[in-house]
Amino acid sequence: MELKVVNVRKEFDRFAALHDVSLDIRSGELIALLGPSGSGKTTLLRLIAGLDFPTEGTILFGDEDSSRKSVQERNVGFVFQHYALFRHMSVADNIGFGLKVRPRATRPPRREIRRRALELLDLVQLSGLENRYPNQLSGGQRQRVALARALAIEPRVLLLDEPFGALDAQVRRDLRRWLREIHDRTGHTTVFVTHDQEEALELADRVVVMSQGLIEQVGTADEVYDRPNSPFVYGFIGDSSTLPVRVENGQVWFENRNIGLDAKGVQDGDATLFFRPQEIVPVDGGGGIVGSVASSRRVEARRRVELSVGDADHRVEIELPVEQQIAAGDRLGFLPRAWRLFPAE
Amino acid sequence: MTDSLFLGVGHHGRAGHAPRFRDPTIEHPLARWTLIAVALAFLALVLFLPLIAVFSEALRRGWQVAFEAISDPDALSAVRLTLLVAAIAVPLNCIFGVAAAWAIAKFEFKGKSFLITLIDLPFSVSPVIAGLVYILLFGSGSFLGPVLNSWGLQVLFAVPGVVLATMFVTFPFVARELVPLMQAQGTGDEEAAISLGASGWQTFRYVTLPNIKWGLLYGVLLCNARAMGEFGAVSVVSGRLRGETITMPLHVEILYNEYNFVAAFAVASLLALLALITLVLKALLERVYGRDHATGPGH
Repeated sequence: MELKVVNVRKEFDRFAALHDVSLDIRSGELIALLGPSGSGKTTLLRLIAGLDFPTEGTILFGDEDSSRKSVQERNVGFVFQHYALFRHMSVADNIGFGLKVRPRATRPPRREIRRRALELLDLVQLSGLENRYPNQLSGGQRQRVALARALAIEPRVLLLDEPFGALDAQVRRDLRRWLREIHDRTGHTTVFVTHDQEEALELADRVVVMSQGLIEQVGTADEVYDRPNSPFVYGFIGDSSTLPVRVENGQVWFENRNIGLDAKGVQDGDATLFFRPQEIVPVDGGGGIVGSVASSRRVEARRRVELSVGDADHRVEIELPVEQQIAAGDRLGFLPRAWRLFPAE
Repeated sequence: MTDSLFLGVGHHGRAGHAPRFRDPTIEHPLARWTLIAVALAFLALVLFLPLIAVFSEALRRGWQVAFEAISDPDALSAVRLTLLVAAIAVPLNCIFGVAAAWAIAKFEFKGKSFLITLIDLPFSVSPVIAGLVYILLFGSGSFLGPVLNSWGLQVLFAVPGVVLATMFVTFPFVARELVPLMQAQGTGDEEAAISLGASGWQTFRYVTLPNIKWGLLYGVLLCNARAMGEFGAVSVVSGRLRGETITMPLHVEILYNEYNFVAAFAVASLLALLALITLVLKALLERVYGRDHATGPGH
């Protein structure tokens, strides 16, 4: 099922949670809505589901305008952040609920509902737990039951709100892989909300980066990581360091020093240089960006070094191999290998 | 005194064990026992003794006399009316309470805090005033009274008035019990149900109601206890027609004013017994409720 969000705006009591958001989601795609809290990602997901209605704009399911359709009419599978399993129903009854409440004409017989529930329980690898109650399951198991329950109604799209938010790190990683498998097997168009960039980049076909009610960038993991199109995306996805610079005639100047980056075609004026601490080349003999080591710490396989650069004591972070001996106060020069300039605000 | 209590704690440990220390989060034994003693003395004096007195006074001249007082036609009609009024007022307030709690807990709307205050009104207003309000509304000098009268519906000094007054007083019990419960449960389960295609009624029937059933029963029991025991408001609107608008509490008072103490206390003990049954039911419910939460249903 193809999804289109067209110029959607959502206000809560005059506070705009989404401003004029448009998004195309292709059929069968696995999409992540990624952003910090308050970025509007959950609002957008709830608008797609029909749990809220947009103040303005249109939401299309295929060619059909669904903006004013109720959540029941849209037939979506929604997995809630805290699962929202019915605590007084067994696992099998939870999964079968969506079939049980269908109108008589389309409701399968009891035995068929039970059979479907067991089949889905098998799909989410929880066979044998059908008679348990939600409070007898672990967090990861509840998450799987919630997904099975959402899949039971044969939804047109699958929507997940922070699906792994309340789980510990190891379970998150396992479930992530497992969700990808389920998606590939069932082929549902799937949208999930997360604030965890690692999760978004690893799991999704495309990532929608959101901030303050706006979509900043839509792209594959490679695109949003390697070619961030805004200072926000550069800062939000992956690590980044920044330096205030000035651009003149395609040359980049930092405090009266030409640091030797080729910025042809970039407009003259004050700008901010963005680069990744991992993607730098050391420069000997006083070229490039030079600073003195303020502190260093070990981050997994690399050493993260904080440099104090220039007279105004700008702090930038770079990563060096652990073999390199570094002491506080050492002077180091480097140049970013990949970088971007954004006009200063 | 203090020393001996300290030693007393030490004596519990077996000889040869390391010295035992008091749990730092628990009060000194002296403080604990004083508080418990004060509470028990207070309960005995204010609650337990009067209850004993009611039953002993009722049985002072033997079972026979007490039984006769209860089986007197007027007394029986008072029992019937009390049960009838409770049977009408409790279900109605139950429906209203669920509706109000649902609205308050699950939706945002203007005037919500006003509605909450309104629900609390019967708690803060004296029942006598409640009764007088109905006199004003339905009395012969009012607008509504004569109109209803011309349709053959007598409200004041008749059963409808007694029911209305009882409903007013017992109005908040169910809603008060459910609002915090439903607020704590939030709207997540309901959203899940409608996202799975359930209609509003199905959501209520299969999801909301099971989630609140214990709180609802508890509220209904409290509401029932109050409905059977209400005196002030009912006394104003009843008109005290023997055998017609006399409820049990009113009957007790009438007997008492006639210096018929044994009969008064006999009926009073029947009323107290109804209240005690309610309390026992409530205690049982709480035990089941607690178990329900500890291990989940079906165990």
